[in-house]
Amino acid sequence: MNQPLRVFALLLALLSWPALAVVNGHKYHFDDAEQIARFQALNESLRCPKCQNQDLADSNSPVAGDMRDKIYELMQQGKTDDDIENYMVARYGDFVRYKPPFRADTWLLWLGPVAALVIGLLVVAMIRRGRPAVAPLTPEEQARLQALRAGAGSKNEEPKA
Amino acid sequence: MKRLFLFLPLLACVILGVVFFLSIGREDKDVLPSPLIGQPFPTFNTDALESGAPLGREHLLGKPALVNVWATWCPTCKAEHEFLNILAEEGVTIYGINYKDDDEKARQWLFNYGNPYDLVLRDPDGKLGLDLGVYGAPETFLIDSQGIIRGKHVGDLNARVWEKLEAEYRALK
Repeated sequence: MNQPLRVFALLLALLSWPALAVVNGHKYHFDDAEQIARFQALNESLRCPKCQNQDLADSNSPVAGDMRDKIYELMQQGKTDDDIENYMVARYGDFVRYKPPFRADTWLLWLGPVAALVIGLLVVAMIRRGRPAVAPLTPEEQARLQALRAGAGSKNEEPKA
Repeated sequence: MKRLFLFLPLLACVILGVVFFLSIGREDKDVLPSPLIGQPFPTFNTDALESGAPLGREHLLGKPALVNVWATWCPTCKAEHEFLNILAEEGVTIYGINYKDDDEKARQWLFNYGNPYDLVLRDPDGKLGLDLGVYGAPETFLIDSQGIIRGKHVGDLNARVWEKLEAEYRALK
């Protein structure tokens, strides 16, 4: 291949760059970079049911691969992110979402941290209330404090080098 | 009275300890609840592993049954296979889904270890598995005669599991 042709091929390769997403060695072709971003975001927002601490993008279990393929397929059919998420939840349950819905059986999950914060603030308030108020110093005490400070200052003064 | 409040942290720890202790014997955390229970078995278009005859959802209807998802690459499936044979001999209807597997290997497996299945559905690319929310073989669904999914067990079927599942199966209509 001669030089200009090689440069041209390189440019072509660069042009096709945003239309390709590679997940665990599998290539997915997209029309534009925005779709790739959507695909990535979906894969990161859904949890692998097999490797429970990994998202779909990260997991290399076979079922995660199947789910990624399905997400790609549904995207090509023009489905929205919500459609795709609901599709997976209908099959694998709420577990596949990192963000659980607010429901009767999940309220503790959502409100628990707020409740803990409120309890913590109440405890802090109670402790502060129990503490006796600090009375201002009398003139004699003020004078003594000044004297002490002056004494301590001269004693601790570092010899200047 | 106020001193009693000092025991609150201890009390909290004891309660937590009890909660943790009770969850030791709880079911495997890897087992996810299936949202498909109470839903109709998904529709599908596939064919029978052995005869090659086309199969659809209608072939699973008519009587309560187990639908067992299996594959030759799955060691636990091997472990439960003998128990499936026993169930089949007892007259339990079992349909198999050969999940992401090689047809030839699957046929050989059934030839070697016996065939407990009334029908075996091919699912080479796991499409039916995905519709069923399968995330690891073996998984077993209970369906009633109308094809509604009534229960699901993840992991191998054995005498201990069947003790619990049998009542559910016998109650199906």
